[in-house]
Amino acid sequence: MRNLKVIWTIFAKDLRVEWRHRETLASMSVFGILVVFLFNFAFEPAREETLRLLPGLLWIAFAFAGILGFNRSFAAERENACLEGLSLAPIDPGAIYLGKMLANLFFLLIAEAVVVFAASLWYNFSFLPSLRWFGLITFLGTLGYVAVGTIFGAVSANTRMREVMLPVLQFPVAVPVFIGGIEATTGALRGEPFRDYATWVNLLAGFSVVFLVLSYLLFEYVLEE
Amino acid sequence: MRKSISATTHLAITLVWILVALYLIFYYAPQEATMGEVQRIFYAHVPSAWTAFLAYFMVFLASIAYLWKRTRIADDLAYSCAEVGFVFCTCVLVTGPLWAKPVWGIWWTWDARLTSTFVLWLLFISYLMLRSYVLNPGRAAVLGAVVGILGFVDVPIVYMSIRWWRTQHPQPVIAGGEGSGLDPKMWVTLLVSWGACLCLFAYLVRQRLWLAEARRELTLMRRELSARTESSA
Repeated sequence: MRNLKVIWTIFAKDLRVEWRHRETLASMSVFGILVVFLFNFAFEPAREETLRLLPGLLWIAFAFAGILGFNRSFAAERENACLEGLSLAPIDPGAIYLGKMLANLFFLLIAEAVVVFAASLWYNFSFLPSLRWFGLITFLGTLGYVAVGTIFGAVSANTRMREVMLPVLQFPVAVPVFIGGIEATTGALRGEPFRDYATWVNLLAGFSVVFLVLSYLLFEYVLEE
Repeated sequence: MRKSISATTHLAITLVWILVALYLIFYYAPQEATMGEVQRIFYAHVPSAWTAFLAYFMVFLASIAYLWKRTRIADDLAYSCAEVGFVFCTCVLVTGPLWAKPVWGIWWTWDARLTSTFVLWLLFISYLMLRSYVLNPGRAAVLGAVVGILGFVDVPIVYMSIRWWRTQHPQPVIAGGEGSGLDPKMWVTLLVSWGACLCLFAYLVRQRLWLAEARRELTLMRRELSARTESSA
């Protein structure tokens, strides 16, 4: 139970720090919106094309927004030797991982909401009919993405070229999240029955579980000096 | 650790094996029914792919061993297998399109096997980049091990997800599979070629391990030298 308290403390700390400046959230949202905006020049949003291309577009925007967030999450800890302080504290390193992961998840979900809102406005596409399933798919996909992004963010924070290192580590490993997310989103937005795209949702859930557990176990090695 | 055979002997065995394999590839194996002579690149392509995947599996095992036991040899083995495996993976991605273009008219397609191999190539790159960009060598070993484990666990997930994706959006399948309808002579050639590949892989890893040890000695000597010049100055 002490672990839960630790997780909550770290999660609350990250939120509090973010609330003071709101830099990360702002940059993630703006970047996501910019990606959606640029795509506007790639295709003319007629209805059928929109349905075909929107899921891919959304997930690419989510991916880039996420990368920004993960970079900032551990870059901030490097000031004032915060990361050393965290690893010195008598707490389970896995709890640090989960606290950070939840904070990243929270921010990315907010940024995604902003992106989805912008996309629905610009492409005249309503997400409301499929909101329930779309929400579930996005949550599971983001969870898996953040599970991997948090630990890779911590790993890249140790390198010389951290901004470049994170996407190089993250994108190959996150391929199943993109495939599952895009396929399931396509199904949900087209209003297909859940049965048709359930495999993809299972993939997202399975991916999240596997990488949450693995990252939880491996995080202590990333923190050690 | 007493080496079982010397490096020179190993090299000699490797070269002989490669020559035997080449003979089998060009003179023993029959010509393939539909593809003609260009099909023979298959005997370089498929063993390289198997070796690249084996190399990454060894990176995975060595990474676990390193995190568990913290022995230098485990870390050196992981790094060496990654470097050599990367070379083999690049060979796969080069020989593949060279084979595909004359036979099927396309350089590339995003089917499960090709995409997974490309992801493997990216995983090798990310591992090698990480190892060279981390400032402290001890940290590089630990972080490399973490990334090696995470990457390897991902490989089957990536493969399955792309397979499912491709059953949804089928495209012309590149080949029935390496083993489908192979003449026994072709099997022999393939296995001998794989043996040659593995022998070469072992030799290269061995040399790379030696190189890691030599670099370490060099660093120690340099340190000793600068310490001596400092104390005498």
